[in-house]
Amino acid sequence: MVAPAESAETLAAYDSKIEGNVIITKLDAAVNWMRKNSLWPMPMGLACCAIEMMAAACSRYDLSRFGMEVMRFSPRQADVMIVAGTVTYKMALAVKRIWDQMPEPKWCIAMGACASSGGMYRSYATLQGIDNLIPVDVYISGCPPRPEALLEGLMRLQKKIETEHSIVDQKKELIQELVA
Amino acid sequence: MTLSQMVEALKEKFSDAALHSTEFRGEQTLHIAFSAIPAVLKYCRDELAFDYLVDISALDQLGEEPRFEMVYELYGLSHHAHLRIRSKIPDGESVPSVTSIWPTADWHEREVWDMMGISFSSHPNLKRILMWEGYPYFPLRKDFPLAGKPSDLPEVGFTRPAPMADGPFVTSAGAKDTVAREPRAKRVD
Repeated sequence: MVAPAESAETLAAYDSKIEGNVIITKLDAAVNWMRKNSLWPMPMGLACCAIEMMAAACSRYDLSRFGMEVMRFSPRQADVMIVAGTVTYKMALAVKRIWDQMPEPKWCIAMGACASSGGMYRSYATLQGIDNLIPVDVYISGCPPRPEALLEGLMRLQKKIETEHSIVDQKKELIQELVA
Repeated sequence: MTLSQMVEALKEKFSDAALHSTEFRGEQTLHIAFSAIPAVLKYCRDELAFDYLVDISALDQLGEEPRFEMVYELYGLSHHAHLRIRSKIPDGESVPSVTSIWPTADWHEREVWDMMGISFSSHPNLKRILMWEGYPYFPLRKDFPLAGKPSDLPEVGFTRPAPMADGPFVTSAGAKDTVAREPRAKRVD
């Protein structure tokens, strides 16, 4: 079967068949929009903060309203690590190892006083803040923080993801590589 | 047999090892010689029906001689009596393990070894329980600083001294009122 020859009119920008289904945006904005609305947390529950994290995931507070309910207990499937609780030195390198296994892009939330700064544990046994080992995007205050605070923290992280420009950066790197 | 009768029976049976006993609000504490620990504790279980070893702990009386002190908390599920047995331990001495009397002593003695550095002879598995194998200090000893000491064992664990921020903030037990008993910064240099 031979296709009919296309006239100049059918190649024009306007096509009534796809009207309303096309959005023009920046690639970065589209990627960020997809990333921020399906944050899969890696629940690193180490102490009482983990109880509040569980409450935040349950029906009363319901993390899934924001697309963050898919708690993955495998670091390979997670986007954001929620360090919820006291990081002891005995646990510290295990947390780091799990963080290292998470694929990029990845984010980290230090939930509560202990994960942020060691909290009330100024002692030989406690790491004085998880930011000594891994980069932290959002710190949540509280001992432990209420579920609303965790939701606020995750929404702050979404705001932060909105401002990222990974594609633009990749393009710059690519151009630099080509020039060099 | 009441608790004080049991203490009297112990004192009679081990007249040379049982040093003295004290009573505080109905709690009986028997102080015994270090060498008599296994014999006295075995007698407590077999003859006095203290079938439950509640806890083992240790004290560091730095500056005194002997330096350490073991504390055994016993309980009898049939007679509901609680007896505390204490014994002074010289520095560097191995304490006979009581795992053959109460199997639950296993982890308690490992904790005492981990935190205080008191070793136990004939313990089936004497290794650290809270800190990792290879951690070089015994952190509950009185000469160990509250902030900790730096250590590094690659791939296993590390420690760094914690910032004390003008602390440590400690209470003053026995001070005259609640204001004086509140936690305050106390420098120990």
